[in-house]
Amino acid sequence: MSLTILAVDDSRTIRNMIRLALIPEGFTVYVAEDGIDGLSVLDGIAPDAIITDINMPRLDGFGFIDAVRAQSNHCATPILVLTTENAPEMKKRAQSAGATGWITKPFDPEKLVKALLMFAG
Amino acid sequence: MSDPIDPMAEIRASFFVECEELLEALQDGLTELENGDGDPETINVVFRAVHSIKGGAGAFGLEPLVRFAHRYETVLEEVRAHRLAPVGDAIRLFFEAADHLSDLVRACRDDLPTPEASSDALLAELDALLADPEPEETKPVDSPPLGVAIDLPDLDPVEEPKVAAPLPVPPDNMALPFPHWLIRFRPESELYKTGNEPLLLLRQLAQLGECHVDCDITALPALTDLKPEQPYLNWTIQLDGGLDEADIRDVFEFVDGLCDLQIDRVDGPENLPPPGSAAPTLAPKIVDLPRAAPSPPATEVPLATVPHHPDRIDEPHKSSTGATAKSVVRVDLERIERLVNLIGELVINQAMLAQSLDSVDLSPHSDAMNGLEEFQRLTRDIQDSVIMIRAQPVKPLFQRMSRIVREASSAVGKEVRLITEGETTEIDKTVIERLTDPLTHMIRNAIDHGFEDAPTRQAAGKPSEGQLRLSAAHRSGRVVIEVSDDGGGINRARVHQIAVEKGLIPVEAVLSDSEIDNLLFLPGLSTAAKSTDLSGRGVGMDVVRTAIQALGGRISIASEQGKGTAFTLSLPLTLAVLDGMVINVAGETLVLPLNVVIESLSLSHDDVQMLRPGAFLVRVRGDFVPLYDLGAMLGYRAARTDYNQSNALLISLDDDTRAALLIDGIEDQRQVVIKGLDDSFYRAPGIAAATILGDGQIALIIDPGDIIAGSTCPRSTDPGLPEKRARYG
Repeated sequence: MSLTILAVDDSRTIRNMIRLALIPEGFTVYVAEDGIDGLSVLDGIAPDAIITDINMPRLDGFGFIDAVRAQSNHCATPILVLTTENAPEMKKRAQSAGATGWITKPFDPEKLVKALLMFAG
Repeated sequence: MSDPIDPMAEIRASFFVECEELLEALQDGLTELENGDGDPETINVVFRAVHSIKGGAGAFGLEPLVRFAHRYETVLEEVRAHRLAPVGDAIRLFFEAADHLSDLVRACRDDLPTPEASSDALLAELDALLADPEPEETKPVDSPPLGVAIDLPDLDPVEEPKVAAPLPVPPDNMALPFPHWLIRFRPESELYKTGNEPLLLLRQLAQLGECHVDCDITALPALTDLKPEQPYLNWTIQLDGGLDEADIRDVFEFVDGLCDLQIDRVDGPENLPPPGSAAPTLAPKIVDLPRAAPSPPATEVPLATVPHHPDRIDEPHKSSTGATAKSVVRVDLERIERLVNLIGELVINQAMLAQSLDSVDLSPHSDAMNGLEEFQRLTRDIQDSVIMIRAQPVKPLFQRMSRIVREASSAVGKEVRLITEGETTEIDKTVIERLTDPLTHMIRNAIDHGFEDAPTRQAAGKPSEGQLRLSAAHRSGRVVIEVSDDGGGINRARVHQIAVEKGLIPVEAVLSDSEIDNLLFLPGLSTAAKSTDLSGRGVGMDVVRTAIQALGGRISIASEQGKGTAFTLSLPLTLAVLDGMVINVAGETLVLPLNVVIESLSLSHDDVQMLRPGAFLVRVRGDFVPLYDLGAMLGYRAARTDYNQSNALLISLDDDTRAALLIDGIEDQRQVVIKGLDDSFYRAPGIAAATILGDGQIALIIDPGDIIAGSTCPRSTDPGLPEKRARYG
């Protein structure tokens, strides 16, 4: 089984890290640079899970999650928030925006893979 | 990713490239904040730049960077939340912190020790901003703080069907021996809305150890009444008592707050914990899950190789920070150098080919000649393209200078504002790199000596804040960089006096203003009445000039008493090729940069006037320009005495200095590949570099500015200084 993942992050470094963590595991990884970009990429694909950053230009992670959840075909897609904010209130906000879970940056590639496999299972 | 290059190292390298972009955006943003830019997005850009650096740094375990960025970000967050205004000390500190951040980034990149002490000092100052009990200036909140792009409705707990479905009472037929964990789990509708799936949680639990799951379906309505997003089910789970509670809680981490969850340890039947309420359960359905299922469906994903998918290539096609909206390929500079060298060879080869075709006397319309022409055109196009690869905007260089301005002006206690223009002007990467030191020196000089102190400025009717202008522009195939201040101008009397004192000019020498200004470029001349820490480091403008000349550039100076001083650097676009005029002097083949040549002159006896013995002028349409005998100046032969029927080239430098160079003949006009002279030649006066011509012959490339500057004669023993002064005229 090969999972398709959409990763949304404004940092090229983080996007590359995600790709590096997932592609060797057989994942198909689509990337986007911010919420707006993420929504337009999402337009053409049906990912098994979405990874998104919070702090992004144009449309931030909260807004992005909200917009994804508003689409009937993505309302149940697992969304993992990647964030450096370990603060509980950030997680709460992500959760109330509709995030399924979170991974704290810097992320452990193995943990990311495991989380995705779990969610998309 | 199939090449042997360590992908992690690649990402690390690209992280540092990204850092440079982020630092640039940070500088830009801070400058906008400083200028009172009211755009709420500006602070977000600033914040995100620091945030992204922190994020990436964390990925590579760059602790000092993470630590500093984290606390810097914390203070910026205050600005974002309108609790701290980016004015005065705060903005000054932000700039300092940005500078320090870039130091840290570079230290981490180059594996150098990070300046922890200054990190701590700066952090203490930043923290002091936070601790400031009196908010400096609280702006009315005219826009919502960022991050809240969308109003999220508060979850109304009343809507939750809590009352309808209390936590279940554990059924009687518990299969697990005591002690065990008893988990009561009832999702709320929000759990489903976040894309969480109870089944996945149960599977995870089952992976922990032996597990019995009991699903309570009593709340399940008839199918016609069922709303898919409503939670109707709840579960009671028995789990192996040997487990750690933290491991169990971990499974529910993401649904914390989205469900009713009760986890109890049950040691025996007598201490069954009471559930939230005691509603009876009907028809409990027991599901036995295998103990520690080795591979539940979720993990059955083949981890082995799957061919790469057409992933979107991760190129920054647009900027996250609004800075560089370009696709970027990172290429090792060495590879480009190799390409440049190869093209150099190609140019030489093409010239040789042209020469041999020439010798067989083909018709200019023959296929071979047409082909050659096309070949030449293509070669030139390739050359231009490669030059473009090496070209970079001067912006990062200018940004570095803005830091120098801040540091230098605060060191001498002067208020100086840097204004930059033409930041997008592109110039060869090597030129940019080698400009840092000379520019830094010029700027420090300007701040230290150029600007008057505030009282003097005010007395002269100028604003107390000095203006330092740094501009770049393309001008006739070269890049012109100007550093100008609105200070007091050069104190010519003082310069003259020092030059006399140091024996650089004779006491009786009468010099024009421009000549005096140019004395600044002589070694050993320093006008600073007192040597300061800032610029009095034994490096004079002569070193600056040498550095600029080494780049094939020229520097000139213009100053107006009371109004300021401007230094103009004129630099070649590239260090690799040159449009040259191939000339012949005393049997030697030389190359003169084509861009300085205005016209060729055929001299007759009447055109040349002797100023004094050894100094001649040529009349060019009513004007007189100094005549330089190249052959004599380069030491190829003795000076000519008769100029009749000889040839000269009229040249003009960037500062509009005009002169005529006496030559023996013009051979050709073509692009030549610049080959640097080995250091073992030392500095050859009047010679910029060398090249290889089509016939394999080596030709020296003349530096006309240097020739005219007359530095070909040993200065100290030269009694005839006025002769050299001709260049200033």
